[in-house]
Amino acid sequence: MSGVRVLVGTRKGAFILASDGTRVRWDISGPFFGGWEIYHMTGSPADPNRIYASQSSGWFGQVIQRSDDGGRTWQPVGNQFVYEGTPLPHQWYDGTPHPWEFKRVWHLEPSRDDPDTVYAGVEDASLFRTTDGGETWHELPGLRGHGSSSAWAPGAGGLCLHTVLLDPRDPLRMFVAISAAGVFRTDDGGRTWRPANRGLRSQYLPDPAAEVGHCVHRIVLHPARPSVLFMQKHWDVMRSDDAGESWHEVSGDLPSDFGFPVVVHAHEPDTVYVVPITSDSEHFPPEGKLRVYRSRTGGGEWEALTTGLPQRDCYVNVLRDAMAVDTLEPCGVYVGTTGGQVYASRDAGDTWTPIVRDFPPVLSVEVQTLR
Amino acid sequence: MIRVVLPAHLRSLARVDGEVRLEVRGPATQRAVLDALEDLYPVLRGTLRDPLTGRRRALVRFYAVRQDLSHEPPDAPLPEEVATGAEPLLIVGAIAGG
Repeated sequence: MSGVRVLVGTRKGAFILASDGTRVRWDISGPFFGGWEIYHMTGSPADPNRIYASQSSGWFGQVIQRSDDGGRTWQPVGNQFVYEGTPLPHQWYDGTPHPWEFKRVWHLEPSRDDPDTVYAGVEDASLFRTTDGGETWHELPGLRGHGSSSAWAPGAGGLCLHTVLLDPRDPLRMFVAISAAGVFRTDDGGRTWRPANRGLRSQYLPDPAAEVGHCVHRIVLHPARPSVLFMQKHWDVMRSDDAGESWHEVSGDLPSDFGFPVVVHAHEPDTVYVVPITSDSEHFPPEGKLRVYRSRTGGGEWEALTTGLPQRDCYVNVLRDAMAVDTLEPCGVYVGTTGGQVYASRDAGDTWTPIVRDFPPVLSVEVQTLR
Repeated sequence: MIRVVLPAHLRSLARVDGEVRLEVRGPATQRAVLDALEDLYPVLRGTLRDPLTGRRRALVRFYAVRQDLSHEPPDAPLPEEVATGAEPLLIVGAIAGG
């Protein structure tokens, strides 16, 4: 019997929403780590009972939690994220130099093959890796060592490395995305990196087509076609057909091309989902209507998905890590909001039902499909 | 024996109820107490002070016998009442909303 586990990180703790494959009735467990911010919680593709959570607090710093039994019990593992060396300062918001300071782990990306290997994207932006189940973490210094890092500047959420994509066909290739630096790609397992931002244009930069400095909010790939990437940028929805060598805009007929998350349908590499937000200052949906937009053409042409979602007086946001898909048939799509709702669609977005309505603000949503 | 009161978030993280009681070798200082605390509860490493520099985290405060000891040097002796266990060292998360 198949099932689904939805892992929800919120401003005040973590929750696990579990259902069988029908995705009709849900069991809610949590809060785990009550009172702490859970920026991300995700399971290992190699062992679904292995789950990692990034637990942090402005008061008490960073903790990494690990579960070996599907989230029933947890143990804190290593929380030392020590930068290697002392590269030149990055830029502060006003362009002045600012030293690197570790603040928190934004995103955990477990290896597809080894439950003990996990990548961690952190603020201030860098990439760390553990190969011992989270006990020790080591920086991949080639990323920050890239000659451009002294020009990286924080976005509104901080200078964060928030997305890590592992190429399923090439174990040496990875992509990361940093706000506000852009996309970087490695083809040698993380030793060296190069910017992958050609085609992006950002009006807040002195040179709108600069090599780095773009506030990329999220990138995603489909495992069956890893050379095609989709991006939700600060403004603009973008697509690359050559593994990040170049990008072109596919915002098309969206009501706004500002937003945070972007995901791809589990079985249709050209079916893409975004959640348009009014603007960079008005972080709520246009017209007070929460609409997930779906393109079945790989971008350009979009349809509003509204059935079951609030269509009046709705002023929540959906953050970059708060939308995910399962791999059942039909594909399930899940969205968590800053208003504490988690909506699920078990028909690829055609209709939506709230699983919960009153959680703390949702920071992240991940889905494990259990078979 | 030295008594330490942790904030609720750290009590749950360390899975302790009530006060923590510690034996400290040598003079009772902030550093010695935090060293003993982290030895007993390794999960607290990094939550009160930077693990590399030893600097107190900005939103962590140390109080005892109605005094704010947060800005005392880490190797300064703690008050006699704390050193003898008559009064606890209070570790407090600063009031900062949220």
